[in-house]
Amino acid sequence: MFKFDKLVFGDAGWGDEFLIATLMTLLVSILSMGLGLFLAIITVWAKIIQNRITRFIANFYTTVIRGVPELLVIYLIFFGGNAVVMSVAKVFGYNKYIELNALTIATIAIAVISATYSSEVLRASYLAIPKGQIEAARALGMNKFSIFFKVISPQVIRHALPGIGNVWQITLKDTSLISVTGLVEIMRQSRISSNVEHSPLTFLITAAILYLCLTTISGRVFKTLEVNYSKGFST
Amino acid sequence: MIEFLNSIQNSLIYKNFFLVLSGLDNTILLLLISLPLGFVLALLFALGRVSKITLFSRTIASYIFVIRGTPLLVQIYLIYFGLGSVKFIRESFLWYALKEPFWCGVIALTINTVAYGAEIFRGGIQSIEKSQVESGLSLGFGKFLLLRKIILPIAIRKVLPSYGNELILMVKATSLVSLTTYMEMTGIARKIMAKTFAPVEAFIAAGILYLFLNFLMVQFVKYLEWKYNPHLRLNN
Repeated sequence: MFKFDKLVFGDAGWGDEFLIATLMTLLVSILSMGLGLFLAIITVWAKIIQNRITRFIANFYTTVIRGVPELLVIYLIFFGGNAVVMSVAKVFGYNKYIELNALTIATIAIAVISATYSSEVLRASYLAIPKGQIEAARALGMNKFSIFFKVISPQVIRHALPGIGNVWQITLKDTSLISVTGLVEIMRQSRISSNVEHSPLTFLITAAILYLCLTTISGRVFKTLEVNYSKGFST
Repeated sequence: MIEFLNSIQNSLIYKNFFLVLSGLDNTILLLLISLPLGFVLALLFALGRVSKITLFSRTIASYIFVIRGTPLLVQIYLIYFGLGSVKFIRESFLWYALKEPFWCGVIALTINTVAYGAEIFRGGIQSIEKSQVESGLSLGFGKFLLLRKIILPIAIRKVLPSYGNELILMVKATSLVSLTTYMEMTGIARKIMAKTFAPVEAFIAAGILYLFLNFLMVQFVKYLEWKYNPHLRLNN
């Protein structure tokens, strides 16, 4: 039933393929988490400045993306992304066919999803900073730039770390949906292998174990980070 | 004006909307079975998780750990492709359910939501103040009565917001069942896309319907919160 001999490294088994696929999953997760955090910061900024239009756009974005299945967002970006990029390029006078590679599309799609979750976490932790601190910084004559880097961001990071850890786990698991676009990560690899070897159970269980390892290890890493960042605040 | 209406009726989004709408009942059918089943099982699992019998709580804890650590897609594939490839399952009575993508979807969704739900309810049960349980005991409540009258009502209403989140995640999760050839809304949208190669029109129609479904779910949870938290209402 479970064929261990199919999982050895080298030509006889699929071990090395799975190793590369795991690295690909990690790469997509890290890239899209980073891009997602960047998008989330912009979204939070759009929500907290007193401007109705930006706030409406940001709220619309988070509500729609969080109310629609992840798979649908990925399909939309995978099938519709090329057309958008080409029409943008046309404006700049570039008329040739452009095809984005699977990794780019995967990263953008997952980032767009993960940013909505991150933005909620970041917004909550920004609002947790007492207003008096920002006023105090202003009274000391700090400019906006140094207020952001010296007062706001260190505290936001500390408040947000547990939530960001959760978002990371969600992002990591969402990358499994990317398999529908043909990018070879763990899920896609297990489908390819099981189609070749006619043994889906072996490779799907392998995939499950790999995901379990990834989530467990990264959970530990985030725990350590949390301890590091909340030094002096332990209860 | 009539011309305008005609142009709307001929537009792809309008046509696709009704095509995708025909998959709505399949999506709702998935939810109608897996959500109530998941709710009851999640409560039982949460009680097992906090029970003092270590065998129970350990087993359930590891079950929750495995399910929450793996993507739902892996679980769906494992049940649909994985279990179907084992010979003695194909020959047993289980095959009657497992050969249908619908029942595979229901089983996978239920297994998934039970793990998340049990963890949520565990938080609710553990956050009950001891004095409330003690006051129940001093009134002479038995174990079952204590559970029914004090522990469960308080725990459930406390975790309603986070359980509502889980319900919305489940609505979104039904879209993954389309990958096992089950034709619900995402599956139909995917088929339209393959036929017409108009991705935006096909998926926007499906997206609107999912948003609407989630909107209804949010209102339902809000109503439950209002109903079961009478002490928090502003004017009663």
